[in-house]
Amino acid sequence: MADHTVKSYDDELKNLHEDILRMGGIAEAQFASAIQAVTKRDADVAALTVKGDVKLDELNAAIDQRVVRMLALRQPMASDLREIISSLKIAADVERIGDYAANIAKRSIAIAEMRPVKPLNSIPRMGRLVQHLIKDVLDAYNERNADKAKQVWLRDEEVDDAYNSLFRETLTYMMEDPRNITPCTHLLFVAKNIERIGDHATNVAETIYFIVHGTTLGAMRPKGDSSSFLVVSPDDEAPRA
Amino acid sequence: MSMMANHLGANSSARTNENTPEKLSVRDLSFFYGENKSLKNISLPLYDRTVTAFIGPSGCGKSTLLRCLNRMYELYPKQRAEGQILLDGENILEGKQDLNLLRAKIGMVFQKPTPFPMTIYDNIAFGVKLYENLPRAEMNERVESSLRRAALWDEVKDKLNASGLSLSGGQQQRLCIARTIAVRPEVILFDEPCSALDPISTSKIEELIDELKDQYTIAIVTHNMQQAARVSEFTAFMYLGELIEFDRTEKIFTTPSVKKTEEYVTGRFG
Repeated sequence: MADHTVKSYDDELKNLHEDILRMGGIAEAQFASAIQAVTKRDADVAALTVKGDVKLDELNAAIDQRVVRMLALRQPMASDLREIISSLKIAADVERIGDYAANIAKRSIAIAEMRPVKPLNSIPRMGRLVQHLIKDVLDAYNERNADKAKQVWLRDEEVDDAYNSLFRETLTYMMEDPRNITPCTHLLFVAKNIERIGDHATNVAETIYFIVHGTTLGAMRPKGDSSSFLVVSPDDEAPRA
Repeated sequence: MSMMANHLGANSSARTNENTPEKLSVRDLSFFYGENKSLKNISLPLYDRTVTAFIGPSGCGKSTLLRCLNRMYELYPKQRAEGQILLDGENILEGKQDLNLLRAKIGMVFQKPTPFPMTIYDNIAFGVKLYENLPRAEMNERVESSLRRAALWDEVKDKLNASGLSLSGGQQQRLCIARTIAVRPEVILFDEPCSALDPISTSKIEELIDELKDQYTIAIVTHNMQQAARVSEFTAFMYLGELIEFDRTEKIFTTPSVKKTEEYVTGRFG
């Protein structure tokens, strides 16, 4: 589309867009190091990740201010209005991704002090899956690509599946040996956090679709996390160690 | 904690639906200033007791279209309209139409307040006398009810014999609206009614428009897009004499269907 007659309006929109991308980049890196902290049992990386979350909080607050200012001073309409309102939502989602990454990093410190448990091996795979979602959704945002966003939205199901199987696996390990309960509980929270990050990436995908089309994706996505209904009894067969 | 004051500005309700009848129907309307075709085959409805806004850059034809709706253009030579404008199904562009009667049915409020140089009372009564011969008491009542409807009564009730020109700009504009209402029109055309007013007077006029739409079909031309967004239920976007898009106001300002409309409402024009 053509530029605005008022050039400074374009500059403000561009800065907003860049701030969102910057936030996205930081969140991506934060999540990657959180996963590294868990898998490599690296307390230094964990500490850095926890500290790094402040940057996301600050950027998010700055974007909030910027958006309020633009709404008051520019009175945006149509696609501009969607773009600006959506920045608010995307920034909030990315900020939450950062919070979950920091939480994973914190738990990695506890996990590192305990004996390794088998389900830990599933964490990197689930992490990679979600890392791809984040990367693709940020690309979709940068390119204003609603199709790409929709692909991310559909792929969240894989994350849910991974989480459900990890949940089941972890429960059986805990039943097998009570000494597994503490590390496995931490692992469960780590997995749940990763799954939540996937959900926020999906939210961002929905918002991108809205920016481009002005309509929502609707409720056609199959609902993923079924662990809330899961019951495992001691008679269930434990996976082979 | 003190309560926040109510908003002065109007808030449009979405009460118009598919069953709302068309009060005015513009059909394939073209307009010529001499040889110059300044409206190109416009067709659109004005729904009964609904506010319709016309927006578009200067020279797009929105004021011309408004002036066609009560044949105001016939005051000038070499201006003519082709096509149909149906008021309750009757074509008002036909020769047999009584123009004075038409303009009583379709009132107009202009950009600059145009009170007559006479008393506030007579400003209202003057127009009424042209069409009706009312006894004094009924005329008093008509003047009061018109001024009340135009939200001006409380400000002028003690000085009805003062000159209309002694009022402030915003009051003068409401006086003109009262004058229009007094002859009991069915349609009111507003041609940039707030462009010469301060924000508070503007809010009062907008609130008034919102109240008037219960009784009248309203068309408003405005350069102020936010105003169109605030007061109207339907919006027509015009450009270079053509109707580019006509839709619910909400749609025009959130997800317009035509790229040109999008560019105009977001300020990406020319």
